[in-house]
Amino acid sequence: MARRKRRKTRVVITGISGRLGQLLTRRLHRLEDHEIIGIDRRFFRRRPKDVEHLRIDIRRKACEDLFRTKKIDVIYHLGLMHDPRRGSQEHHTWNILGTQRVFDYARRHGVPKVVLLSSTDVYGPQDDNPAFISEDAPLLGAQRFSQIRDLISVDMMAQSYFWKAPEIETVVLRPVHILGGVDNAMSNYLRLQRPPVIFGFDPMMQVIHEEDMVSAIHAAATPGLRGIYNVTGPDALPLRRLVGLAGKKPLEMPHVLAPTIARQAWMMRLLDAPAAELEYLRFAVTVDGSRAKQLLRLNPQYSAADSARAALRLGAWDAPSDAANQAEDSKGATAA
Amino acid sequence: MADEQRGGAARRIGRTARVARATAGQIIAAAESRRPQRLVERLWGELSEAASEAKSLLGGGGWRISEDELERRYAYLIDHQNLGEAGVDPFGFSPEYVRKVIPMIEFLHRIWFRVESHDIDNVPEQGRCLLVGNHSGQLPFDGMMIGASLLLERDPPRMIRSMVEKFAIRTPWFGTFCMRCGQVTGLPDNCRRLLERDESVMVFPEGARGISKPFKNRYKLGRFGHGFMRLALETGSPIVPIGVVGAEEQIINVGNFEGLARLLNAPNIPIAPLALVLGPLAMWPAPVKYRIYFGEPLYFEGDANDDDAVIAKKVAVVTSAIEKLVARGLEERRGVFI
Repeated sequence: MARRKRRKTRVVITGISGRLGQLLTRRLHRLEDHEIIGIDRRFFRRRPKDVEHLRIDIRRKACEDLFRTKKIDVIYHLGLMHDPRRGSQEHHTWNILGTQRVFDYARRHGVPKVVLLSSTDVYGPQDDNPAFISEDAPLLGAQRFSQIRDLISVDMMAQSYFWKAPEIETVVLRPVHILGGVDNAMSNYLRLQRPPVIFGFDPMMQVIHEEDMVSAIHAAATPGLRGIYNVTGPDALPLRRLVGLAGKKPLEMPHVLAPTIARQAWMMRLLDAPAAELEYLRFAVTVDGSRAKQLLRLNPQYSAADSARAALRLGAWDAPSDAANQAEDSKGATAA
Repeated sequence: MADEQRGGAARRIGRTARVARATAGQIIAAAESRRPQRLVERLWGELSEAASEAKSLLGGGGWRISEDELERRYAYLIDHQNLGEAGVDPFGFSPEYVRKVIPMIEFLHRIWFRVESHDIDNVPEQGRCLLVGNHSGQLPFDGMMIGASLLLERDPPRMIRSMVEKFAIRTPWFGTFCMRCGQVTGLPDNCRRLLERDESVMVFPEGARGISKPFKNRYKLGRFGHGFMRLALETGSPIVPIGVVGAEEQIINVGNFEGLARLLNAPNIPIAPLALVLGPLAMWPAPVKYRIYFGEPLYFEGDANDDDAVIAKKVAVVTSAIEKLVARGLEERRGVFI
């Protein structure tokens, strides 16, 4: 070989078996200059042969050996639990202690970059939200929706490492609703037969396609970047329009009955969203994504219509060539 | 603590009672001087004149804007607004929706209130500007009529974005109606961003103090907040003063149910004496005639973070301009309904 091969970027992805973890793995794997190590208790289907997978809990001591023996360049911390059916205690310890471990390892073993996936849910839907919430806004999400409080704690904890460990470049990404094959509240909502909406309310919604989100996560690893970024996709649109784009007919519910119906449906396991999430159908949480667009150089490739359609296919995988073509197509469309 | 609260309640009841007694006193004094008969006769005369004006407009069909004209204005709006992919801007404004509800707005504008606007070209054709007006009439029809005038009478049309109470946003249907018609939650951040996008923003710095004042204080400006001036200085926006005459008489109010309003989280609940006769219809505005006066744009310079005293001087310039416009309107009008 004529020239020496450059050392590959060695990354750790927590929560690698989740949808976003898998998409990120596929993206990085195709670049062929990354060495990927995943940490997740869950089974990783479709794992490429050269991707190392530690099937252990991030909180276990055994994880530290990995950081002790190998020099890691980036940690993508995607392994937060969002399952509302899990007990709140498990949620809390998993998310908070897990995140603390990630930052501990990074600090002790000199990992220069940690990327945390938070969410714009931390701001919470309120009737007096500005139309463009900036990254400095207070995190009021837990006001009515208490299950979100551990996400807020994790977000805050990551922020505290800006000063506790200034040598680590910490990036906190707060994306809007991610749509696609992911298993999250908004995608699941669009997958319902008749997504419920509330009489007389039609808040503005922001969504982002999962592939665009993966681009954002990847861009966040660029050396030199740190800070908090709201990540937005295409332009905001009214909720009913979004439901229409998914080809669904909304189910109108009066606000006085909606919480009761939702609670019953939740207990009967017909609906996997707690009643508090109904507030998202009344009031908007729309954020200002200009910082991320500028500094992470994001340019969403998928329209709201593409994203809404993508949400209907839970766990579906495009053949890699398809996805690339699609991205190429939409690039062509914007250029034209 | 409880004592204080009770004291507060007692004070409020006392105040309401005083207002009621004063109003009753006025009514009795007026009755003794045989004024009511003359007043009723005069109002009846005005009303029938207004009715015949409305009837001729309705009969001729001339009150609707022509289809071509509407199309032209609509196309202009779409070209000059930064709309997103879905035809809705990030604040929730949808020209398509406005087009759907325009017949209702037109009816209120041309027939019900027979709005007369003066010097409408004082509102710049484009570029950021802050429209500042006097707020009155219990329900915010004044803002709606200013918007309708700029949309239907000004050429080329100008879309105004006004700042509304968050209570409106929380109200089903009405909140969506406001948002789709271009209104936004009244927050300084929203106002700043709209001005930075070169929009024309309507504000009523009196806020709830202005709109819910009792009938006896009509056409007296309430205290103006300073936020609008700081925003104008920060964004370098000219201020267009607006005087609205007529709206004060649309709903008669002798005071406010403060406790009830707090309980319901509403900005205010007026005590409308006509409700004794008309029931809930007392909250529907009377067909008063609106006169809207647009003043010349005022330009201010200075530091947005100056002392309150410095800002207050600049605010006083705006209030006196509005007072002048209102005084001119009061002088020019012959009656409440004509």
